[in-house]
Amino acid sequence: MAVITYREAIRQAISEEMERDPKVFIMGEEVGIWGGTYAITKGLMDQFGDKRVRDTPISEAAIVGGATGAALAGLRPIAELMTINFGLVAMDAIVNEAPKYHYMFGGQMTVPLTIRAVGGGGRQLAATHSQTLDVIFAYFPGLKVVLPATPYDAKGLLKAAIRDDNPVLYIEHSLLYPHKGEVPDEDYLVPLGKANVMRQGSDVTIVSYSRMAQISLEAAEALSQEGIEAEIVDLRSLRPLDMETVLDSFRKTFRCVIVEEGWKSYGVGAEISTRIYEEAFDYIDAPIKRVAGAEVPMPYARNLEQLAIPSKDDVIQAVHEVLGIA
Amino acid sequence: MGITLPDTVYQVLTPEGQVVGEVPHLPPGRMVELYRWMVFGRAFSDRMVALQRQGRMGTFGPLNGQEAASVGIAAPLQAEDWLVGSYREILSYFIKGVPPLAIMEVYRGYVSARYPWEARCLPIQIVLATQVLHAVGLAMAIKYDGKPDVAVGVCGEGATSEGDFNEALNFAGVFKAPAVIVVQNNCWAISVPRSAQTAAGYIAHRGPGFGVPGYIVDGNDVLAMYQVMADCVARARAGEGPSLIEALTYRMGAHTTADDPRKYRPEGEMEEWSKRDPISRFRKFLLDQNMLSEQEDRQMAEEITTEIQGVVEALESRPAQDPNQLFDNVFETATPQLESQRSEMLLRNARTLGKE
Repeated sequence: MAVITYREAIRQAISEEMERDPKVFIMGEEVGIWGGTYAITKGLMDQFGDKRVRDTPISEAAIVGGATGAALAGLRPIAELMTINFGLVAMDAIVNEAPKYHYMFGGQMTVPLTIRAVGGGGRQLAATHSQTLDVIFAYFPGLKVVLPATPYDAKGLLKAAIRDDNPVLYIEHSLLYPHKGEVPDEDYLVPLGKANVMRQGSDVTIVSYSRMAQISLEAAEALSQEGIEAEIVDLRSLRPLDMETVLDSFRKTFRCVIVEEGWKSYGVGAEISTRIYEEAFDYIDAPIKRVAGAEVPMPYARNLEQLAIPSKDDVIQAVHEVLGIA
Repeated sequence: MGITLPDTVYQVLTPEGQVVGEVPHLPPGRMVELYRWMVFGRAFSDRMVALQRQGRMGTFGPLNGQEAASVGIAAPLQAEDWLVGSYREILSYFIKGVPPLAIMEVYRGYVSARYPWEARCLPIQIVLATQVLHAVGLAMAIKYDGKPDVAVGVCGEGATSEGDFNEALNFAGVFKAPAVIVVQNNCWAISVPRSAQTAAGYIAHRGPGFGVPGYIVDGNDVLAMYQVMADCVARARAGEGPSLIEALTYRMGAHTTADDPRKYRPEGEMEEWSKRDPISRFRKFLLDQNMLSEQEDRQMAEEITTEIQGVVEALESRPAQDPNQLFDNVFETATPQLESQRSEMLLRNARTLGKE
């Protein structure tokens, strides 16, 4: 086991998969000479050449649409969007094309495409560059949406995404890039669509993913000092959604807090809590609580931005509320 | 750097069938084959419209008037080449090897499990220029794999106003992809005339703006279309990069069975274009050259009618789709969530059937 950063884990996954399979290549804005806006692809062009690490024009629809065509021809492209916010101009390619071919045409072709993008706020990048848009993409059948919270998952999920025969949107969180964790030395995969119990506990279930899973973990450590043991379920994947793991935990704790960085309305919390009501109503001991981002365009001012993003204290307070602690 | 704005319309046959350019070197049998496809295309299109009117077919976009361009696009291609068209290119697809039955099945809503992937035509969708991006992606993959193939992307002139079209052309140019992008300029995007799509004189002028050579062709002249297409395909195959072709043609029918061109077309326009009908023009040439006789022509038409009838019968003898299929192929391997939705649906369906 080596301790590496989330950034390094992603880079290793790309590099190892390109090494393993000559059909894997990466294209996107600034991925080549510059090595990626977030330095994910640094060194890859030297290692693999400009055919397999390809700088493209600033043209998101063509990056994803072109990669879709290449995937239909049997390649396994990694299409990098500089940020998920720019995915909005490639929406048609991401949600309306890549995920539909397999279904619309009777399973005749597959689109083994991985789209990578970074999302989330907290870096003072203001309203149009700081969004958490996960649920928009997770809405569409046919597109897998995965979001790692740890270096281990970052590497294993990306490798699994690249080897998967479906289009997969892999969303990173920029504040997690320096985050360190243990990663096995040998090749491994993290299955797409399986949640992970990050921390065991019996008093409350905290369901989260991506950076908010780490924030929840910090909250859980603090709660533990008070004698409250929270179980943390990191969803890792929004589609497919692994409700079994969530329900197994809930049937043990009877209480739930859902933590997401995105806006509360129509969000992950809305989905998870409804599913709990539908499938585990008899186990509910307290109203389910949602912790989510303030429903405003992300402010630029640092203090306001911090207020708009859920914090450890917000999670702690929500846990207190579901446990009836004033 | 040698790429200039095209300003002449390439033509081999005048609307009257007179030879004014170099006739492609094709054996007479091949010439007649191209003609047969044109006749077949129109007959198929007419039959689809008739079936739609009888409630036996989904919404359909007739291809009448665009037979020459459609045939010229596909005829020069090799089996390994890719063709990605819009909904107006079904005739091109037939030539490339997609059976007419497979297309009828699509329009009747059958999940096309029998769609012949080996024909290398991406299945038709009702999208605007999105498919051109896929064609360029296929071309990039061809180059990546070091294969000698070519990918052809086709759309209408209305779709050239979409960002996707321009991004596709730019990508093709930047990556020197072995692609041929063809625009069937049929003068109308539903009710909006070509003049409202762009202030440029020709859509082919867009090519040089992206470093891609552009060509303007009389799209109702199958020999001209064939030749320009063959040249561009050869260029791509030789590693010289992409080309843009604008085929000047005319949509003689409605946009689809859901609109009525009499409501938006200027009076007399259709009559004017009827004089440039691609089929009668090529027939005149073949008759003049003694490659075809009047009697062979009549016989061909009858054979085609019978052939299409056979396709309709094959289509209509298919049972309705199995409800069980609803959840198939969302993902390459069904997820547990989908399997549970499938069981729920089947249970509900069985209950409904039980009540009937």
